[in-house]
Amino acid sequence: MAGQIGETILNFVRVLRRAGLPVGPAHALAAIEAAAAVGPERRDDLYWALHATLVRKREEKPIFDQAFHLFWRNPRLLERMMGLLLPNLQLEGTGTPPPDLASRLAEAFSNQAPREAKTEPEQREEISATLSASAQEELRQRDFDSMSLTELAAAKAALARLRLSFPPTISRRWQRHPWGKRFDGRATLRAAARSGGEFALPKFARRRERPTPIVVLCDISGSMDRYARILLHFVHGLTQDHDRVQSFVFGTRLTNITRALQDRDVDQAVDRAARAVVDWSGGTRIGEALLRFNKDWARRVLGRGAIVLLITDGLERDDAAQLGREAARLQRSCRRLIWLNPLLRFDGFAPRALGIRALLPHVDEMRPVHSLDSLAALAEALTKPIPARR
Amino acid sequence: MTTHVSLPPSVDDTLALLTSQDYVADRPLATVLFLALKLGRPLLLEGEAGVGKTEIAKVLAAGLGRRLIRLQCYDGLDLASAFYEWNYPKQLLAIRQAEASGEGLSLYSDDFLIRRPLLEALSPQAGGAPVLLIDELDRADEPFEAFLLEILSDFQATIPEIGTIRAPEPPLVIVTSNRTREIHDALKRRCLYHWVDYPTAERETAILRAKAGGVAEGLAAQIVGFVQRLRGMDLFKSPGVAETLDWAQALVQLDAIALTPDLIEQTLGVLLKYQDDIVRLRGSEALRLLNDIQAELSQKPLGI
Repeated sequence: MAGQIGETILNFVRVLRRAGLPVGPAHALAAIEAAAAVGPERRDDLYWALHATLVRKREEKPIFDQAFHLFWRNPRLLERMMGLLLPNLQLEGTGTPPPDLASRLAEAFSNQAPREAKTEPEQREEISATLSASAQEELRQRDFDSMSLTELAAAKAALARLRLSFPPTISRRWQRHPWGKRFDGRATLRAAARSGGEFALPKFARRRERPTPIVVLCDISGSMDRYARILLHFVHGLTQDHDRVQSFVFGTRLTNITRALQDRDVDQAVDRAARAVVDWSGGTRIGEALLRFNKDWARRVLGRGAIVLLITDGLERDDAAQLGREAARLQRSCRRLIWLNPLLRFDGFAPRALGIRALLPHVDEMRPVHSLDSLAALAEALTKPIPARR
Repeated sequence: MTTHVSLPPSVDDTLALLTSQDYVADRPLATVLFLALKLGRPLLLEGEAGVGKTEIAKVLAAGLGRRLIRLQCYDGLDLASAFYEWNYPKQLLAIRQAEASGEGLSLYSDDFLIRRPLLEALSPQAGGAPVLLIDELDRADEPFEAFLLEILSDFQATIPEIGTIRAPEPPLVIVTSNRTREIHDALKRRCLYHWVDYPTAERETAILRAKAGGVAEGLAAQIVGFVQRLRGMDLFKSPGVAETLDWAQALVQLDAIALTPDLIEQTLGVLLKYQDDIVRLRGSEALRLLNDIQAELSQKPLGI
């Protein structure tokens, strides 16, 4: 009996793994131990025993739930499903599962390897190294909006070389340093012990610095369409360069694309991000997106003095008052809110649109971001220490 | 410190233990707690603020007659505050004295060691292994987590000047997190995980009855109904169980028998802590909720 249940649990763990949950052999062993401890009498006890050992985050619970109910209704069901393509799965009492979850489970139950969209390596136009100096100069000043494919490729290459550095944040930890401000008693005593107490030269410590967390909120609605893709390249470079960069895109909904952008290859990363988003080039609802960010994510990612980069043109179709309120809240929750606006490419830009007027008072800085030069200027400006607000 | 109670041998016994301490838990939590005790693994409780994560450690310690050792985490928490520190002023004075008197001195002995919570937890205790509560681990930073992982894996740690300290009996560890940051996977892997959710109406009523006994039945039903509805609205910060209990106490202090819009207006600050939420609830919204509750309660037979 014990052997049988162990075997069944191992199969269940395999199913979960194929459905995308990160469960390894250690988890499987813990799960078997836990199941043995609660005993087989009650099914809900078994459920919670497996849940405690196999689920790591709240987000994984729906998949675990579906897998558990499917699996433990009839263990032989698993054998029948292996090798078969699953039609519509109907779960008793839970209604039709959302299509994406059901398809992941279907893939996990079937024997086929999950299909991955193979991205053909792009035919990139190589810019020859003999581009003249004036042509390069012109490329840097050219608006992303008006670039041809060739020029866009060159711009992407230039973006990959752009290095952004944010001023570090002072942390609460101390490290040994010759002219630090605080007396380090422990190090002094250790040094004194080495010389038998004869010499007790004081040692000092100073505060450590750590990298500032960065959060990027990028508008990908229709009006931002031409800038969005190339700016995602910029955000990808940012992600590769720094720890703790969280990136989100929004149009009508807010989507977290941090994981997608962690791919080393920039094109694959942007493709993955594009696939994760459903409202590319749709309508603009900046206020709504900021509201969702403030409610669902702000407390999780803005914790340690984060800098927020808000990339949008500010053209809001919805309620401008809501935009103002949410922007005010966002500004209060982060260390610095920087608005990167491609519309600033026009000289003599005067804020007329309601959305822009609602947003402007609540940001700490507004900068242009329409060309390579403007991005370089942004990089330059960010190296300066962050001024205190007001 | 009462008599040493042995660990509960089943889920039902764990539930009984919690109930004996006036903690109304649901079966999932009791199951996970039982497993944590039986398998000797730390228990990681995640959830919103005010749902009773910290409380359960206190209840466990009281129920099992063990000492409760609490480590409150914050940004920048380091070894010196969490594990141990040498008492340098005392050491310096001892050196001066030894110099004057010409005696030998052992600089790194127990006299000079300041024991912080984690070291206490690894030391032998009268009455059995202590309950170690690591509160709000998400507020500590990653280097601290790495150190904690070492302790939670083998229940031992090293003080360079003394040697390795091993716990004679592994402590019962409960880690809580408010999820303002994702805890590192390695630490999560070591623990059993449970998300503590807001209670159902029945359980919340039972909690209210157990903890705030002076509240009349009718008022208690209204309170629970109101708070449950608040959690259904998309508030910035939904009220937790702690807020429900505070509100009940506040209403009792104001000699309330039933909820009225005025009372709600006066005491909203006890339930909701964000101005945006309070503004939203004022006036018609509160009245609407109250009417909903009246309608629902009048349909139910009395006594339920």
